[in-house]
Amino acid sequence: MIQIKNLSKVYAKQKVLDVAHLEIPSGQSFGLVGNNGAGKTTLFSLLLDLIRPTTGSISNNDEVVNKSEAWKSFTSSFIDESFLIGYLTPEEYFYFIGELRGENKADVDALLAQYEDFFHGEILGQKKYLRDLSKGNQKKAGIVASFIGKPKVVILDEPFANLDPTTQIRLKQIIKKLAEDHETTVLVSSHDLMHVTDVCERIVVLNKGEVVRDIQTTPETLRELESFFSRGEFVLEKLQ
Amino acid sequence: MLSYFIPLEWKAFLRSASFGKNLVIRLLMGFFVIYMLASLLMLGVGMYFIIQKAFPGVEPLQFLNGYLVYWVLFELLMRYFMQKLPVMNIKPFLTLPVSKNKMAHYVLAKSSFSYFNFIGLFAFLPFAVVLLAKGYSALNVLAWLSALVGVTLLINYLNFIVNKSDRAFIIIAMSIASIAGLDHFGILPIAECSRAIFHSLYTKPWLAIVPWLLAAGTYCLNFNFLRGNIFLDAGLKKKTKSAETSELGWTRRFGDMAPFLQMDLRLIWRNKRTKTQVFVSLAMVLYGLIFYTSAVYEEMFAMKVFVGIFITGIFLANFGQFIPAWDSEYYSMLMAQNIPLRQYLESKYLLIAISIAFMFVISIPYVYFGWHALWINLSTAVYNLGVNIPLILFFGGFNKKRIDLTKSPLGNMQGTSAVQFLVIIPLLGAPMIIFSLVNFLVSFNAAAIVLSTIGILALFFRNFFMEKITQLYRSKKYGMIAGFKQANN
Repeated sequence: MIQIKNLSKVYAKQKVLDVAHLEIPSGQSFGLVGNNGAGKTTLFSLLLDLIRPTTGSISNNDEVVNKSEAWKSFTSSFIDESFLIGYLTPEEYFYFIGELRGENKADVDALLAQYEDFFHGEILGQKKYLRDLSKGNQKKAGIVASFIGKPKVVILDEPFANLDPTTQIRLKQIIKKLAEDHETTVLVSSHDLMHVTDVCERIVVLNKGEVVRDIQTTPETLRELESFFSRGEFVLEKLQ
Repeated sequence: MLSYFIPLEWKAFLRSASFGKNLVIRLLMGFFVIYMLASLLMLGVGMYFIIQKAFPGVEPLQFLNGYLVYWVLFELLMRYFMQKLPVMNIKPFLTLPVSKNKMAHYVLAKSSFSYFNFIGLFAFLPFAVVLLAKGYSALNVLAWLSALVGVTLLINYLNFIVNKSDRAFIIIAMSIASIAGLDHFGILPIAECSRAIFHSLYTKPWLAIVPWLLAAGTYCLNFNFLRGNIFLDAGLKKKTKSAETSELGWTRRFGDMAPFLQMDLRLIWRNKRTKTQVFVSLAMVLYGLIFYTSAVYEEMFAMKVFVGIFITGIFLANFGQFIPAWDSEYYSMLMAQNIPLRQYLESKYLLIAISIAFMFVISIPYVYFGWHALWINLSTAVYNLGVNIPLILFFGGFNKKRIDLTKSPLGNMQGTSAVQFLVIIPLLGAPMIIFSLVNFLVSFNAAAIVLSTIGILALFFRNFFMEKITQLYRSKKYGMIAGFKQANN
């Protein structure tokens, strides 16, 4: 589904991302972990053609993302609160997104009905604009908006941050379900190792912009990741 | 207490947004402020002589005192809209060992140095100096001046009490209207009362203490209220309005553009800065009266073309110049979404076109000043439609400065860069020159026809222009996304 070739991004002589080759097959649930500044958001922004790559390219379903715009119709994402339109109510926002993705009100309503549990009665019918919702509730709205229009690729940056425990658990179930039928490719980044190992079949660890681990999730994965992040392996790598 | 707060205020001032702006804007704003202050000073100095000349035989101070009641009411009205007690500033102190009394005093004391309090003084002070020069008694003049300072502070603190209620505005506005009415029809001699009150402040210097006492009283009222409400869920709570939703079903007739049009209408209606612009645009239809009622401009058609472009294109200029920065908060979302850029721009085009048509319609009464007014406004409207919309959208492609929609509209220069000043030249200058030239060489009718024809011709090339503009926006995409992310207050 997604192919990354010789991708790099340089800011003022500092290389923030350098991925020689990465392939994400269709229907995979893909987890991206790494410390602050590891390049997770940069990679996702490049995937969405929000920043220009210094070298290399990404193709999404054979569409090179910075050449064509055809990938937009089957790719959806939620990166942060800046993806929300603050002066709309959640409903208006969902319908707007639906409209862009060729779904009418009834379609959107049907989809929203599935996420009633997830919303926990705090999103719909609140007579509030998105800008007046709490951070957590904004996030819920943004995440669900990214499921509108049966996208083939869903990109979620740090979806678990700012969510309460109940919502985190529900979100994990939602992502698992999305990935179950192997029709949707889900890309998730997180700081929470437990959550990613729970929901993702494959985990890639980024460090200083480079892929340092690429593992298929097994019962051992969480321990492996934990020891990786606690061993100070970064220091060693720096010395080499 | 002061030793903590003064350095903080100093830093807040030095590091405020206006200091961070680029040089051109800072110079322009500085120039504007100096211009306003100079005007006030001139008014203060000149007032004595103006009154003397316009109303011979009237004692200027007495005359002025007769109208001070309107000053008080107008200032209250103006402050009602513009001045709010800056309570949020004390939020960081809540968890620090600073007593709540100190915080309340700090906020209130700070407000007495608000620049609103100096506007009146900049006129009254030079007036008092002139009085002294004219040989008025120094003690009495100083007492009168200090009383006015007291009144200013009284207005200052009264406003914070009044501000808590929505009805207050209506009451003040009604009382201004009724006082003016009562005075005008001679039912109640308001000017007499005002003169009696304010003049006694001059004749009996000890009375000057009264406004100060009243100011102190309102200060205490404010203090008591504020002191009891320094809690996150009370006085320091951000007020949120409950959302009013409407379907805007009528936009459906615009087909593919409907969702964007709906979004833009909501953008305009639900954000203060854009909403204010709508009202300003509507009010600006009266701007032409200055030119049409004055004999000086009788034969100066260039100025009337300026008025025509201005009236029919005011929304075009106000709103259009910040496209696409209005959407800067979520621009990266728009770019990652399944949105054809062309459609996005077309919807902005449509919105501005509607505004031009609307402004033309409400400018029709200018026909009262002769048919030429109608022709000028019509030809400028067509010109705006054909040439100026693509022009402003084109210049919009160079916008890279973020606009935070939630920021207050007052003196808000956010999103402004050199582009906004450059665009004025072709926008207003070109039609004025074209019109004047043809009018001078051929005739008035020919000039109106040429201007409209250019507009109509440009409309034929609309597709071409829009395609080029879309390409421009596409090529500027990354720069816009990066620029709109940067907070620039």
